[in-house]
Amino acid sequence: MSISVAFEKARAEARPSGRERPGRALVVGCMPAGFPTVEGSIASMKAMAEAGVDVIEVELPYSDPVMDGPVIQKASDIALAAGVRTRDTLRIIEAVAATGVPVVLMTYWNPIEKYGVDAFARDLAAAGATGMITPDLIPDEAQEWLAASDAHKIDRTFLVSPSSTDDRIAMTVEHCRGFVYATSIMGVTGAREQTSSLAPELVARVRAVSDIPVGVGLGVRDGAQAGEVGRFADAVIVGSALIRCVLEAPDEAAGLDALRTLSADLAAGVRA
Amino acid sequence: MTASLAGLLPDVAGHFGRYGGRFVPEALVAALNQLDAAYRHAMADEAFQAEFGALLRDYAGVPSLLYRATRLSESVGANILLKREDLNHTGAHKVRNVLGQALLTKRMGKRRVIAETGAGQHGVASATAAALMDLECVVYMGEVDTERQALNVARMKMLGATVVPVTSGSRTLKDALNEALRDWVSTVDHTHYCIGTAAGPHPFPAMVRDFARGIGVEARRQCLDLTGGLPDAVGACVGGGSNAIGIFHAFVGDEGVRLYGFEAGGEGISSGRHAARFSGGTPGVLHGTRTYVLQDDDGQTLESHSISAGLDYPGVGPEHAWLHDNGRASYLPVTDDEAMGAFQLLCRTEGIIPALESAHAVAGIIKVVPALREELGREPTIIINLSGRGDKDVETAGAYFGILK
Repeated sequence: MSISVAFEKARAEARPSGRERPGRALVVGCMPAGFPTVEGSIASMKAMAEAGVDVIEVELPYSDPVMDGPVIQKASDIALAAGVRTRDTLRIIEAVAATGVPVVLMTYWNPIEKYGVDAFARDLAAAGATGMITPDLIPDEAQEWLAASDAHKIDRTFLVSPSSTDDRIAMTVEHCRGFVYATSIMGVTGAREQTSSLAPELVARVRAVSDIPVGVGLGVRDGAQAGEVGRFADAVIVGSALIRCVLEAPDEAAGLDALRTLSADLAAGVRA
Repeated sequence: MTASLAGLLPDVAGHFGRYGGRFVPEALVAALNQLDAAYRHAMADEAFQAEFGALLRDYAGVPSLLYRATRLSESVGANILLKREDLNHTGAHKVRNVLGQALLTKRMGKRRVIAETGAGQHGVASATAAALMDLECVVYMGEVDTERQALNVARMKMLGATVVPVTSGSRTLKDALNEALRDWVSTVDHTHYCIGTAAGPHPFPAMVRDFARGIGVEARRQCLDLTGGLPDAVGACVGGGSNAIGIFHAFVGDEGVRLYGFEAGGEGISSGRHAARFSGGTPGVLHGTRTYVLQDDDGQTLESHSISAGLDYPGVGPEHAWLHDNGRASYLPVTDDEAMGAFQLLCRTEGIIPALESAHAVAGIIKVVPALREELGREPTIIINLSGRGDKDVETAGAYFGILK
């Protein structure tokens, strides 16, 4: 399923009180590929989807993830130390997308450039991913990616930030397809006590120039916070809190249980 | 071609040919634009230039000497002129860059600077400038490096800086850079990231170069005064590449002047333990810029190695990548052992203890002299940028030569 179809379906569902947009927000759950093992990450992603996560965001592990906080760094390091390769990430995407859940990839730019931009877009599409999020690629530097993602019909998600000017927000969303990623705080990834007050304003600034769905990420850790963000966003993006379920679990079964519990809580949160 | 382009690059978006640019989170773009505007304004502003020039002269001891190294020359078979950046305040060329960036920080109305450091030299320089200009200073340093360089950690603390040991990744310079970028994403409204070399996202490569390019401007004039002509070659070590681009830039348009950059060959390219981006790396993206990078087949950054912490970095400034590809400058590896041989030679012939980084430049020039002499049919005149002094390296060198246990 493409992510646009997922947004359409969610828009047709019941609208939680306090939400002005039609329907409900999607839950996007992030997990690094190959963490803690290739098979383990596939099991985690399937468990998240079965328990109510609408979209799986696979993160390609990278040695220098400057946009990520300690939890994702640690998970990525574990995956890389276990020897996960770019081709494994594509294999993981294929296994998860085969279950029917929409899959998007989040990746830093250098591994894609090394693989070959057009070849990667081709293989990503063949694996069944619908889109790609590029945290350190801005549209200004993305000529090759724009062409490759057009050629292979991969949705492009760039980031906007509270510090972005109105001009840059307009320029960035013009280059996005599927959804735009609004980083709700000035900072790196990681669950926080409170979600940001900057997020609603940033989402409103996107809405002023575009109808594109807006995903809000950075800081959401439970269903209640997902519900708050789901009042104004089209997608609630959750990463570190899910990864911590696996990091802190005594064994794989306990990790999957914790993932299912949190995923169900997040799914309930955006419907409440 | 290169002569006509000298001084015109980078383009407005920070590209040196296919290299450079900005590969950063959108959250940093506003701050980079603000910095770019402040830097462009400062470059054209006589008041800023006067203030910067006065600080360099009165505080840092610039212009540094160009010294005719007679005994080294005899030993090497060339006329060697040493640009004595080791005599600057804080002991290296880096003081030029930090004073420039600290002045810009004040201009932008920011009150906090952050810096990354490997061996601690840039951290000490940043802490120095912050103390002088009453700025809060936080230095990120890999945990491994804080243990290896305890004296520099103490220096930074004496100067009032906070030193944060970085425990992520390989716990060295590249991870310190990652952590500084993460700090900056969160604090960009009141904090300036004082990057330590001519690398990173635009405008850092051009800005750091411009703060360091006085090295070459002075050396060119000093060489004309001293010898009546331009040198046949200029040599410098290349880690991130600020001292090298600082001395190269004024000579890029002088087509008769050969430019040599020497990168750390570590234990040899074939050993895999080196920091030779041009001999052992490939083009890629690291820390916000497109350049040559030590990376594996998947684009994961590889660990670098050098006896010299200042050259121990898997990336390199993008302008060097451009000068490499268009052939204007030559980049050659120098092993740990070759550098230590040159270190000892300079100590014994000139009474100068160089930084291990600068010893790579001396060693590299020793290697290229025979071919140069044959090509010219006479003894070449060569300027070596002696970018720093060796006080910080006494422990490493003492252990290498068996003087210290």
